[in-house]
Amino acid sequence: MRQYFGRKLLVYALTFVVAVTVNWMIPRFMPGDPVAGMLARTGVSQPAAVEAMRVYYTDLFGFDRPLWEQYANFWATLLRGDFGISIWLFPTPVSTVILRAVPYTLALMIPAVLLSWWAGNRLGAYAARRRLLDNTVLPVGYVLTAMPYMWLAVLLAWGLGVVAGWFPVAGGYAFSLRPALTGEFLLSLVHHWVLPFLSLFLVALGGWAIGMRNMIIYELESDYATYLAALGAPAKLIRRYAFRNAVLPQITGLALQLGVLVAGALVTEIVFSYPGLGSLILKAIQNQDFFLLQGTFMFIVIGVLVANFVIDLVYVVVDPRTRAGMAGAQA
Amino acid sequence: MRKRARILVPLLAAAMAAAACSGGGATLPTQGSQGASPPAGNPGNPGSLPRNETLYTTGTQWGPPAHFNPIREGDHATGTKGLVYETLFHYDPNTAKLVPWLAESGSWTSDTVYEAKIRSGVTWSDGKPLTAKDVAFSYGLGKIETISFHNLFDWLKSAEAIDDKTVRFTFSKANYQEWDFNLYSRVIVPEHIWAGRSEEEVLNGANEKPVGSGAYTYQSHDQDRVVYVRRDDWWGKSALGKEPKPRYIVDVATPGNEVAMGMLLQKGLDLSNNFLPGVANLVNGNFGITTFYNEPPYMLSANTAWLVPNTTRKPMDDPAFRKALAASVDTKKIVEGVYGNLVKVASPTGLLPQWDQFVDQAVVGGSGFAFDTAKARKTLADAGYRDRDGDGLVENKDGSKIKLTLMVPTGWTDWMEAARTIATSAKAAGIDVTPDFPDFNALVEKRSKGDFDLLVNNERQLSNTPWTYYDYVFQLPVNKTQNTVNFGRYENKRAWELVQQLNQVRTDDVAGMKAVISQIQRIHLDEMPIIPLWYNGLWAQSSVATWKNWPSAAQGAPKSAPVMWRHWLELGGFETLTQIQPAGS
Repeated sequence: MRQYFGRKLLVYALTFVVAVTVNWMIPRFMPGDPVAGMLARTGVSQPAAVEAMRVYYTDLFGFDRPLWEQYANFWATLLRGDFGISIWLFPTPVSTVILRAVPYTLALMIPAVLLSWWAGNRLGAYAARRRLLDNTVLPVGYVLTAMPYMWLAVLLAWGLGVVAGWFPVAGGYAFSLRPALTGEFLLSLVHHWVLPFLSLFLVALGGWAIGMRNMIIYELESDYATYLAALGAPAKLIRRYAFRNAVLPQITGLALQLGVLVAGALVTEIVFSYPGLGSLILKAIQNQDFFLLQGTFMFIVIGVLVANFVIDLVYVVVDPRTRAGMAGAQA
Repeated sequence: MRKRARILVPLLAAAMAAAACSGGGATLPTQGSQGASPPAGNPGNPGSLPRNETLYTTGTQWGPPAHFNPIREGDHATGTKGLVYETLFHYDPNTAKLVPWLAESGSWTSDTVYEAKIRSGVTWSDGKPLTAKDVAFSYGLGKIETISFHNLFDWLKSAEAIDDKTVRFTFSKANYQEWDFNLYSRVIVPEHIWAGRSEEEVLNGANEKPVGSGAYTYQSHDQDRVVYVRRDDWWGKSALGKEPKPRYIVDVATPGNEVAMGMLLQKGLDLSNNFLPGVANLVNGNFGITTFYNEPPYMLSANTAWLVPNTTRKPMDDPAFRKALAASVDTKKIVEGVYGNLVKVASPTGLLPQWDQFVDQAVVGGSGFAFDTAKARKTLADAGYRDRDGDGLVENKDGSKIKLTLMVPTGWTDWMEAARTIATSAKAAGIDVTPDFPDFNALVEKRSKGDFDLLVNNERQLSNTPWTYYDYVFQLPVNKTQNTVNFGRYENKRAWELVQQLNQVRTDDVAGMKAVISQIQRIHLDEMPIIPLWYNGLWAQSSVATWKNWPSAAQGAPKSAPVMWRHWLELGGFETLTQIQPAGS
């Protein structure tokens, strides 16, 4: 047990260091100068004033230090939980910007990932059982899973938002409200959440359903299922065993999805102007906001690592082979 | 597994029910369109802004409102300057006059002394009176070296309050034109709050909960919005006899124009200052959306888009080549093909339509240019640029190839399309131009270093004087980095002298201004250091669902600029707020 987790943690620690390093490198080796972009916004025409401002801000952000020192500083501040000041949203601290946006992204992602996974597995399992269902779930699933997030999002925004007028097309809650613990506000939150959620949920659902259907059919044709059937076990029991085995690869898939879905949420959030991390990442790239970019990626990296670790724990519970492996039979 | 299902099914059902409820909630008693706005008129609930008293705007900020510091003019939250903080004057482009605002009057008492009389009865939103001391203090902030208007103190000696109502500005050199520009551009901040702040905080502070003298005070902000509420004790109600009509203004940050379009159609937005392609269809269709003109160009003009050649590189250092390039550009094709007639072809001088009186037609008739491929070819041939290898493209006088790139920022789809059009029409005249689309920041860096052949730029807006345009074109000296003006690094001492001379002509001396401008225009048209292309629109689409009487060209309608962009509230944007009326009235 300890060996298993020790090895896992080492891998995670290495991944983290590499991710942080890459995270630090990429924005710094992009073309362009963030301070120049910032000064261009101020529209100061006097050369002396511009030069004074350039020196001032370059020093403020520490861009005038040698690279190794910037890198060391980055780690030092990171471990203190300080991500620096956003350049694009100067003078707001990055942590403030991110903390305001994170709840929206999580509220979209977690339900979308988990519910689509759960519902997709159910659907797939049923589809494997009934021909009629299979004939509908399979094509629909393929269409959904092949659909680009943004395209579905745009369709939903246009159809259910602009044309039908059932749902709003922008914002996290109505623009006439201020956050408060009232029924109206909460309803408004949910109301604005439905379309972005649906666009993520539907696309993911298709993939899970197809995967599950194929796994179940495979398991039902395996030796133990045939043997159970020969023994005269009820079909329901066989299916339950098949489901348990079929769900294992889906759990692995779930861990991978968590990473991918952040990217999905990014596009969705931009389409619906949803105030989560998605639009921030895009703008941070466009404005060369190193610090905001690092902060958001840090958040994503940590999120994916934690999700994977949780999945590892779940594996220990649901897959007896993992436990057998820990007992010493190292594969 | 089954156990888990027992927990999950009700959960999912509840979620779906909630979704369904809210879906049902959308069919609340409204007339069809709902969405970005709740049902109107709910005064009983303090949590929700009443729809018929709220103005929803967008098109100024593209991300979370970062700060409310009016000193940081380039990136403060929409409305910080104009709604919360005010200036001594506004400027009315239609009458070409300064409009007394915090100052009731101002005049030059000698050649180098200007005195402004401050209104009495103006109070800050914390109740304290605004006096001449606040004005002197605010202008005095310019002494800070890294403040954006520090150059004012190159020619302003002092700003002092000689009594509660009078501020005296003493100049070492009277730049009359530039001074008028400053009169409506510099915000006045309360000394009793700002005096205790460090330079650091003045320049970089977020100034949460701003205390201003304006008609609105800050109410709240979030990731995607900033909300202002009208002050009932605003001084202008009695002193100006004006009052902005919306009790609340909510400026929405939309990440892209598509979202603004969607909200506009849902009637959740009243004013969008975004560039919306295809707006002609919106105006002519039955969508309840209006623009300033109900026919092309639909919009007022806000600034000029220029083609900037890098005059330090061959062959752009040759006026003849530049003139040929100017004649080769099919601007009409850009106006029609790229913009669907939302913009207008610029005058050869580049001066905005609002400055028409300063265009010397005689000079334009003699030295002006127009799209004419044949003439461009002839100009090239006469100047010695010939096609020696028969590829249809001309070479330099020494026979080396000419290969120019034209940069515009990636993602600016209209400009990218315009750049392709320019390249095609230049090639037709024999000039090899290839469009290039770097990232905006990369472009800024290259532009400021002078590391480019050609670019498109429109960073000078309408102002009180053509001087701001000529300052942009001819300013000297050329530095290692050129951040805001003269990107083409064009050096012409005579022209720069004339521009400085123009700056020192009194703003009421129109004949004197014309005389100097005519000379500058001749140099501009003979030398073509920068090529005017088209007038960019003052993008403004208004919905008449909640507010009516938007500015338009129609008889009896207001003529002010319907815009919330930074610095435009002083140029008519605020006046628009006082002119609109509730649609129900």
